[in-house]
Amino acid sequence: MAFLDSLGGSRRDQIVSKRRDTCGRGSRRAPHPSWRLLIGYAVCTQARASGRKRQSLLHVGSPAMEESMQTETKVRPESGAESGPRSPSCTLRHFACEQNLLSRPDGSASFLQGDTSVLAGVYGPAEVKVRKEIFNKATLEVILRPKIGLPGVAEKSRERLIRNTCEAVVLGALHPRTSITVVLQVISDAGSLLACCLNAACMALVDAGVPMRALFCGVTCALDSDGTFMLDPTAKQEKEARAVLTFALDSVERKLLMSTTKGLYSDAELQQCLAAAQTASQHVFRFYRESLQRRYSKS
Amino acid sequence: TLCLQRLDGRQTYDYRNIKISFGTDYGCCIVELGKTRVLGQVSCELVSPKLNRATEGILFFNLELSQMAAPAFEPGRQSDLLVKLNRLLERCLRNSKCIDTESLCVVAGEKVWQIRVDLHLLNHDGNIIDAASIAAIVALCHFRRPDVSVQGDEVTLYTPEERDPVPLSIHHMPICVSFAFFQQGTYLLVDPNEREERVMDGLLVIAMNKHREICTIQSSGGIMLLKDQVLRCSKIAGVKVLEITELIQKALENDQKVRKEGGKFGFAESIANQRITAFKMEKAPIDTSDVEEKAEEIISEAEPPLEVVSKPVLWTPGTAQIGEGIENSWGDLEDSEKEDEDEGGSDEAIILDSIKTDTGVEISNIGSQDAPIVLSDSEEEEMIILEPDKNPKKIRTQTIHATQEKGPSKKPVKKRKKKRTAN
Repeated sequence: MAFLDSLGGSRRDQIVSKRRDTCGRGSRRAPHPSWRLLIGYAVCTQARASGRKRQSLLHVGSPAMEESMQTETKVRPESGAESGPRSPSCTLRHFACEQNLLSRPDGSASFLQGDTSVLAGVYGPAEVKVRKEIFNKATLEVILRPKIGLPGVAEKSRERLIRNTCEAVVLGALHPRTSITVVLQVISDAGSLLACCLNAACMALVDAGVPMRALFCGVTCALDSDGTFMLDPTAKQEKEARAVLTFALDSVERKLLMSTTKGLYSDAELQQCLAAAQTASQHVFRFYRESLQRRYSKS
Repeated sequence: TLCLQRLDGRQTYDYRNIKISFGTDYGCCIVELGKTRVLGQVSCELVSPKLNRATEGILFFNLELSQMAAPAFEPGRQSDLLVKLNRLLERCLRNSKCIDTESLCVVAGEKVWQIRVDLHLLNHDGNIIDAASIAAIVALCHFRRPDVSVQGDEVTLYTPEERDPVPLSIHHMPICVSFAFFQQGTYLLVDPNEREERVMDGLLVIAMNKHREICTIQSSGGIMLLKDQVLRCSKIAGVKVLEITELIQKALENDQKVRKEGGKFGFAESIANQRITAFKMEKAPIDTSDVEEKAEEIISEAEPPLEVVSKPVLWTPGTAQIGEGIENSWGDLEDSEKEDEDEGGSDEAIILDSIKTDTGVEISNIGSQDAPIVLSDSEEEEMIILEPDKNPKKIRTQTIHATQEKGPSKKPVKKRKKKRTAN
């Protein structure tokens, strides 16, 4: 909460701290689940709003915003004693991927997770506009286009999350003064959209032959009101969930590249979701490997 | 005669292959015309009608040239090409009255359906307009809107579970056919691809339905066409439109059948399995039995979180502050507004009992700690005096009076540095 202080405590910039005690009370009394979800959502939006405000004032980079989002979501410090019964089988929906399906981009991939589908196209390393040029590394740009209407705040925030993930793995220093553009088009959204976007972006980057230190994948977890968690939730499950957590993991050490969450959960639940996402990521990476093997093996 | 063979091996009047695939949602399709690819999605919304057309639904078309389609397309810019294509689409589909807009009226003058057609170009390999017009009409044919019933003043909207959604009533299916002209109209090609478009002299687009009724016609590129040429083109267009309409109807029937029989549908099914670039994986169970232990292990290893002592200050109901705040080293950004607030003296804060003493001092300090005021004759010139004044309150009132007398054009620019006493 250091940034609150730096704002000099002018009244308009003070953040709601009511959140803290409502959350605490809420978890003990266990009110209606939808109410909790609502509060959780409010917390997240506030966190984002304050993060943005701070940015505009102090001109700090993106890591700071991420940080603030992460601290905001770390509510409910009590242990996960209420984790309760869990469905024995967590499954990923069926996956499908097609690479190199567009002729114009340097690399393209369409990725399907169940009924969720995202198409990705990558241009790069290509010529960069002078004002976007970075002298010692490639300029990475991510564009996410919704299916209906014009891109809004939700798309911008996702773009940023995806860009930060890509930046962590793409070896941009090998191509200074160039641009790498990832364009993502939502084809259909049936839950776990951000995870699907990440997977599509990775496969398209691979197809374009952009050098990367590791592959990455996205895994979404949803936490139910009774503590059960599911992987790769559908839109309906996401809607009913108490919390939805999306992680991006790298293929070499299975380390966390990005995490974004919505809703309320405990420390223990976060760790459980992360562990489950790491297990699930092995399946996704195996899927990557097998699809690339099919493409590049001689037999 | 000269036998023309095109770069991709087609004859002059050949169309490229057309492939239509549908998504799981109603009104969603991808049309591939050779390598040109367009995504179409229809959506609907209940809105109030236009004033002069109280009983008609609204049709809205929006074609987007995504940067994915070609690197030259910039996001968020209305290029000439885009405006031209959107206008042509509107003329082809709205002005030809292919959709019965009166059937989209729910309550006359109050509620009508707005049908929105979003088209996204995914890959640009020439002839965007033909692909887009096919995608638009296919998506409109495939779309189902929620059923509504009107009883007296009551309008009921049914979910897809309660009542089956209803299709739009479509009178006819206009389809655009493009002709490229070379050497002032000596040579003519149907369905030009991107390379042919780059070198063509003129373009003629004819929108027609299967009854050979011309819906719109547009010639661009500034070439003079003879009457015979236009007539010949319209004849060719008639044949092509008939073929394409049949293909569309077959694709729609096919999708309908699969949905009825409960088979698998959606884009996953349209991925060609035999391609080496495509790969599928069935549902995969994930073993999550050890997740709980892992989580416990990590938490037990982790350092216990620091004890956070926070004393929230509730200024007004709904807002609060944690911590006391430090000195603002950034100067004041919105000074004039704040000035008003501070002077007003209406700072009512509900303070928690535990920290009443701390903040009580703070509030009382705000008014008197105001630092110096600077006057400037021109608005560009700003001067900031950072030395705290001995008697700021008095000076301020004087200076404000002074400026007001000088007239409205001279605006007082006040800069102050707020300093808080550390409690």
